[in-house]
Amino acid sequence: MNSIIDISYLIGAICFIYGLKMLSHPRTARNGNIIASIGMLIAVIITVYLGRTDISLTMLGIAIVIGSIIGAFFAVRVEMTQMPQLVAIFNGFGGGASALVASSEFLKNGPESDLFLLISIVLSVLIGTLTFTGSFIAFGKLQGLVTTKPATFKGQQPLNALIAITLIAFAYLTPSYGINAFYIIISLSALLGILLVMPIGGADMPVVISLLNSYSGIAAAMTGFVLVSSGNTSAGNALIICGSLVGASGMILTQIMCKGMNRSLVNVIFGAVGGEVESSSGEAKQVNIKSYSTEEAAMIFDAAEKIIIVPGYGLAVAQAQHAVRELADYLESSGKKVYYAIHPVAGRMPGHMNVLLAEANIPYELLKDLDEINPEFKDCDVALVLGANDVVNPAARTDQGSPIYGMPILDVDKSRTVIINKRTMNTGFAGVQNELFGYDNSIMVFGDAKDMLVKLLSDLKELD
Amino acid sequence: MDITTITIFILAIFVGFEVITKVPPTLHTPLMSGSNAISGIAIIGAILATTIDGKIGMWLGFIAVIFAMINIVGGFMVTDRMLKMFKKK
Repeated sequence: MNSIIDISYLIGAICFIYGLKMLSHPRTARNGNIIASIGMLIAVIITVYLGRTDISLTMLGIAIVIGSIIGAFFAVRVEMTQMPQLVAIFNGFGGGASALVASSEFLKNGPESDLFLLISIVLSVLIGTLTFTGSFIAFGKLQGLVTTKPATFKGQQPLNALIAITLIAFAYLTPSYGINAFYIIISLSALLGILLVMPIGGADMPVVISLLNSYSGIAAAMTGFVLVSSGNTSAGNALIICGSLVGASGMILTQIMCKGMNRSLVNVIFGAVGGEVESSSGEAKQVNIKSYSTEEAAMIFDAAEKIIIVPGYGLAVAQAQHAVRELADYLESSGKKVYYAIHPVAGRMPGHMNVLLAEANIPYELLKDLDEINPEFKDCDVALVLGANDVVNPAARTDQGSPIYGMPILDVDKSRTVIINKRTMNTGFAGVQNELFGYDNSIMVFGDAKDMLVKLLSDLKELD
Repeated sequence: MDITTITIFILAIFVGFEVITKVPPTLHTPLMSGSNAISGIAIIGAILATTIDGKIGMWLGFIAVIFAMINIVGGFMVTDRMLKMFKKK
């Protein structure tokens, strides 16, 4: 019996790893996701039918139905622009589930458990609970329910340090004080999750979601250690394997996001960006811009052969993805080449812009990432920048004093003409003036992205 | 608890890094929602927890099953919804 359980968990783990491997190409990705879900189904069914004889199937059935309905509701109803919020909530539930399982093991085994079990319970509860509360604050910030400004106060970091020390102290005291020490650990972890995310600004949310994603995996792995130490070796190993996969995935995405925003992880967590950056952009240079109408811009497009579109989040806010596709379709039908350059932090979470463009039926082969597209700008006739700012600022390459110096950018300035659509001359998230706007080959077209694209398309059609 | 568990943990982290670095940036959002679903594996711990005697422990297991199930069903479904949109020309 036990070997059947072991083998089916192994099959489950293989399904997850193979499913993730199939995510390496959009062509195979959908099947990969299905294979991973089959792995999960096997793991759940085997646990229910072979794991224990004393499972209350009615109660379990009720819990499974409730969870499935809520999960399916979110999955069907969510809009693609709200995907960061959804992932934030799911991170929270994942961390919460791990913390609950570890807590219930604590209640079963009591404070006299062996040291290794106690350590893994405390770690699992700590990481799981702070992921739970932190994720809901992140959700609130993304949804606009909680201030997106960094909420800071004096002595914040000493307070966090104090909480962390108190946590360790109570973990140490748990064997002698038992359940009360344990409740304090849970409460302090919950508080720590809130305090760690509150000071982080809206622009840094992609890093935070990725990090919480990683935490939810690490919490599951720690819960795996709890299960192994309390005798459920096979179930525990399954949690350790899956938790590690998710933890690694979140870590990699966190690194990519940090690099894309030119920030270190420490700086994101403790830097409280938004307040301190402005100082360095004090000497705003005089920028002389050329502002064109859509008719004039249409003539430039008419003469162009190779066009690269750079979508920023402003595009998604204006719900202009479909308008972009219609313009691109028209340009392609007149024999021009059109590509899309996607910066790693173009959306509100890793890969977000790609999903938003895919939703507008833009084929994935036209979406190029930074390394792929940058060599293409030098023989590009028109780079069309839509609602992006910091990610195309050449100061990142040249100006050592700039807060964005060293950040990887899209080299739009190397193309023959850069057409920049913005609503106003406001600066981007980093609060830095963009000298690109004053370049000889730069042209500004002001207005809402959607209106501008629609007008541009009709002007183009009139030229023919 | 023995060295085998630690071995599994460390090897799984390496496998994770190897597999995930091959995922192209285009698919990073589905990767996140899909890995959310995978972290719902905590459900097997939660199912075992529902058998724990004593009211509170059992109810914690019950809530944990709900949470994990939200992740599993929601995660896999929304990932499928997104991947369906990625089309070739």
